[in-house]
Amino acid sequence: MSALWIATLVTSLICFLLKLLGYSLPESILNRPVIQRINALIPIALLSALVAVQTFGNGKSLTIDHRLAGVLVAAIALRLGANFPIMMGLAALTSALIYNF
Amino acid sequence: MSLEEGSFNKRAVLRDSLAVAIPVGTYGAAFGAASIAAGFSVLQTCLLSLLLFSGASQFAVVGVMGAGGSPLSAIATGSLLGLRNGLYGMRMTPILKLRGMKKILGAQLTIDESTGVAIGQETRGNSASRYGFWATGIGVYVFWNLFTLLGALGAQAIGDPSAWGLDAAVPAAFLGLVWPRLIDMKSKLVALSAITLALLLIPIAPAGVPIIATVTIAIIAGWKLP
Repeated sequence: MSALWIATLVTSLICFLLKLLGYSLPESILNRPVIQRINALIPIALLSALVAVQTFGNGKSLTIDHRLAGVLVAAIALRLGANFPIMMGLAALTSALIYNF
Repeated sequence: MSLEEGSFNKRAVLRDSLAVAIPVGTYGAAFGAASIAAGFSVLQTCLLSLLLFSGASQFAVVGVMGAGGSPLSAIATGSLLGLRNGLYGMRMTPILKLRGMKKILGAQLTIDESTGVAIGQETRGNSASRYGFWATGIGVYVFWNLFTLLGALGAQAIGDPSAWGLDAAVPAAFLGLVWPRLIDMKSKLVALSAITLALLLIPIAPAGVPIIATVTIAIIAGWKLP
């Protein structure tokens, strides 16, 4: 099985089991404040890291290119209260313009 | 499904549900396009939306694989982002009281949006919460999968993803997902630390590791900071 298939199917299975587990565990186990705090911070850490890697990563090197311009425009759009599709559209448009010209 | 009748305004709850489900569902097009750009097939892309059905985890899987990461780091990153759905399930258990097949379906539909709308209806009572959960969950599921397919087919037709800005749309999507979570100094500190650690690790660690390694920051900050 190819790497892409493994990533697709195994992540799907684990994430479904995690959802199901929530309905099956006694509430006391995961209700501790420290667990709640860590759980709230995990997406922040991972999503921020994904922003960094997808913006600057180029294999094993760091590059500044058209993607950064797109992401900066996205940040400005979010700051100004733009919704998700408009923000992504502006990011793609900015990046594509720099890439093509 | 048997929705217990309660005295709540169904139309008002349904309006709340669709107001979330339709726009969120359309982001599925962005996922479909990002997934194709990362090298996944249309079938794999659609299966991710049908089976995984959790936006941040899906973007993470295609993001890590697209950056050349191993399946293990994609699985770990996607699964850690899926942890919170388990906590949502615990939150929803006393409201939904699911059994058997409905537990399977309800679990699959337990995501940010369905839980958020359900909790938002609590002042209208538990029946309204349940109705909001199912209406939002089913609504997002239908639209998200429909638009995933459209986005995947569209991206397949256009060729070079960079020429259309898709390589910038992916980090922009992650930025849009993390933005509303940056509510206080602690969350901003965690975000900045994670970005720094990831950038430092890119040149020296295998692809995928710079992302998953930042979980340590979340654990330390959650443990030590009030």
